[in-house]
Amino acid sequence: MNRARLVRIIGTYGVLIALAALILFGFLRYDRFLSFYNVMTLLRYNSMFALVALGMCFVIMTGGIDLSVGSVAALGSVASALASPYGIVPGLAAGIGAGLAAGLINATLVTRANLMPFIATLATMQAASGSALLLAGNQTVSVSYESGFTAIGQGNFWTFPIPAAIAVVAYLIGSLVLNYTGTGRAVLAIGGGEDASRLMGLRTDRVKFLVYVASGGLAGLAGVILASQFGAGQPIEGVGWELFAIAAVVVGGTLLTGGSGSVVTTLAGVLLLGILFNVLNFENGMGWISLSAYWQSVIRGLFLLVVVLLQARLTRRRLNAL
Amino acid sequence: MTRPPDGLFPLLLEMRDIQKRFAGIPALADASLSVRSGEVHALIGQNGAGKSTLIKVLTGYHRKDAGQVLFEGEPFEVHSPHQAQVNGISTIYQEINLVPLRSVTENICLGREQRRYGLLDWNAMHAEAERLLSRFAIGIDVRRPLGEFNTATQQMVAIARAIGFSARLVIMDEPTSSLDEREVGVLFSVIHQLKAEGVSVIFVSHKLDELYEVCDQVTIMRDGRTVRSAAMKEIGKLELVAAMLGRDVAAVEGHATAFGERDRSRIGDVMFSARGLGAGQAVRNVSFDLRRGEIAGFAGLLGAGRTETARLVFGADRPSAGQMTMEGAAYHPDRPADAIAAGMGFCTEDRKGEGIVPEMTVAENLTLALLPKISRNGVLDDSRQREIVERFIRELGIKCSGPNQKVRELSGGNQQKVLLARWLAMNPKLLILDEPTRGIDVGAKGEIQRLIRRLADQGLGVLMISSELEEVIEGADRIFVLRDGVSVTELEAEAANEEKVLTAMAHGTSASSEVTT
Ligand SMILES: Nc1ncnc2c1ncn2[C@@H]1O[C@H](COP(=O)(O)OP(=O)(O)OP(=O)(O)O)[C@@H](O)[C@H]1O
Ligand SMILES: [Mg+2]
Repeated sequence: MNRARLVRIIGTYGVLIALAALILFGFLRYDRFLSFYNVMTLLRYNSMFALVALGMCFVIMTGGIDLSVGSVAALGSVASALASPYGIVPGLAAGIGAGLAAGLINATLVTRANLMPFIATLATMQAASGSALLLAGNQTVSVSYESGFTAIGQGNFWTFPIPAAIAVVAYLIGSLVLNYTGTGRAVLAIGGGEDASRLMGLRTDRVKFLVYVASGGLAGLAGVILASQFGAGQPIEGVGWELFAIAAVVVGGTLLTGGSGSVVTTLAGVLLLGILFNVLNFENGMGWISLSAYWQSVIRGLFLLVVVLLQARLTRRRLNAL
Repeated sequence: MTRPPDGLFPLLLEMRDIQKRFAGIPALADASLSVRSGEVHALIGQNGAGKSTLIKVLTGYHRKDAGQVLFEGEPFEVHSPHQAQVNGISTIYQEINLVPLRSVTENICLGREQRRYGLLDWNAMHAEAERLLSRFAIGIDVRRPLGEFNTATQQMVAIARAIGFSARLVIMDEPTSSLDEREVGVLFSVIHQLKAEGVSVIFVSHKLDELYEVCDQVTIMRDGRTVRSAAMKEIGKLELVAAMLGRDVAAVEGHATAFGERDRSRIGDVMFSARGLGAGQAVRNVSFDLRRGEIAGFAGLLGAGRTETARLVFGADRPSAGQMTMEGAAYHPDRPADAIAAGMGFCTEDRKGEGIVPEMTVAENLTLALLPKISRNGVLDDSRQREIVERFIRELGIKCSGPNQKVRELSGGNQQKVLLARWLAMNPKLLILDEPTRGIDVGAKGEIQRLIRRLADQGLGVLMISSELEEVIEGADRIFVLRDGVSVTELEAEAANEEKVLTAMAHGTSASSEVTT
């Protein structure tokens, strides 16, 4: 039983230890690593991934998966860019609305049509990507700078990036929902045994529905930040975001099979991956090695694979230890 | 408990002419059930008679094809277990349907969370879980994942959960199959309390003696039909069995002694022995010998270390102390594969978690461990597989539409038979059976017990764990009583009786202080 506990602790808090180690490494190796500018840029940029990963975290905890988040974010960025001339609120509403719509489709396919989440969200991924290109007319859509829309992605709260603040609030809410509402606990119960949960009288379909809708909405919000931060709606962005999000969730100790997980450590997972890629950039900048964007892609992919494999092994131990 | 004459209490539930087919095959054909307020109602029938299906129709898990349900006088149409629960029907399903990864508290409180300022009040929920479990004299850390506890504890958690809903009707589908006598006693006192509060209980069990202790009324099902309903005190045990099996009383009477005659001359030399086995707190000092052709019974209360000892023997866990020998050679298995290679088999008590592969067919489940033996050059020998599968379906009376039915679709008792058949088909030298007849009906139970005896007569050594004293006393040639992880007493079957075993279970030595190892 003690070993079970140890494995569980490593599974849950390992990411925090790794995060601390990585920060220490960066701090010792690069002068400007902990500079105000670098930290704030890092937070601003990774806030998008944080939002997507939050939605993914809930979906995975029910035992499902949402592969559409990347292209839904792209769709959200285009929709919000198109609505940006009308102001911040319409821009936000358009982006989030597009995401919610996609989420609604996923939710319906999974809970009503009983499609496997993998298949349903793969289809939505294609459809969202196509819709984004159609809406954008096959090019990036500049946002309006006059309406103040860019503040969402580029502005600061005093000195703290607004998108990072949005992500922090979203994680607070997410954590509250997971730990202190019946719906949140039902999310975990469903992942731990869907049929059992249904027999326990939980409204499994309703909870799963909500989770996919939320994931869509959060991806849409990430899209709004994307458009606002880079000044344009980007129909072809978002490739590989789902993998980043899945990896962050898994690094954070959430079981890929569902039933056990945490919102806070998912955020730590996002930071870990974000900082890791930041470190790669620094290495590039130092001139020791010179990695093209393609090589960086390869390295990221391999890293994510390693992380997921490690997690899978740890998970098996943990389930055996039960 | 005094009971007003029939008719004084109003009808709470009426199910009339319920029909349900699965893929065209009827599971229920004209099943009826009437339950009064404050009544404990037994629902019995052979494995596959349709008891669980009737319950799942009532709770909206299955949709009925025809028939009528009235609850509190009103037509009752629910489409999900959630709706049934909201409407005052709380159910403990046959397979423990909880979530092992989540904490005990969550498993008890999910669906009726306690809130404070709109948010979950964990302290209150932990306290509630502890309070409910204390009714069953269980004190465990409710914050731990449920999966860390043994089957009996999980069953008690499931019961605590159902009781916690303050329902009008509590349904218990074979709640006692994984409990020992002490826990059953606790459960019965809780049932009496429920009854006093005016709550009705539907109670499914294959242990007929239990029924007379708690039930007022009984409904008997056979092949998806209700064949009889009567007051418990007006129907004898033989009559019950006869109605279940669809035979007359005289035919049933001869069926009594299940295991058949022991023949001591067939017992050979010592095949396996364990000395001073220990592992953690659960097993502290267990020693025993098992001879060829002998059935050794392990008796003891929950937590006595019976299953844990079996796991050590089978290499599922590693002992921290003690020695084992198998066929004269030192034996220390690192993993179950080593035990299997040494000729052992282990039919576990946790058929859902460790045994059955629900999505596979009966034939596949049955021959899973046999595949290397019945393959030639890696190719499965179809006719041999079919022959083995058909033999066991026949011998154990497994009720299925054929070898290719998915095990998930079988009734609970028939799943147990498949699991048992898998190990019997392996033809081991030593077979560990943990609660082998759990959830199996009276008719089939006798068949299985006789089969075990027959195999023992052919030289198989059997280590049988059973919470049913009767099964141990009648079935075993030698009884080892375990208490708190120590083997305290060894009794020859002829010298054993219920009283001696019970005394040993509770106090550590038998009344007449037999051989103590
Ligand atoms: N999902 C299903 N699909 C197909 N057949 C099923 C399904 N569920 C039950 N059955 C069949 O319906 C019949 C009745 O099963 P049920 O589980 O109700 O029996 P039971 O009386 O509860 O038996 P037991 O005492 O073994 O628990 C069985 O023949 C079983 O194979
Ligand atoms: Mg049943």
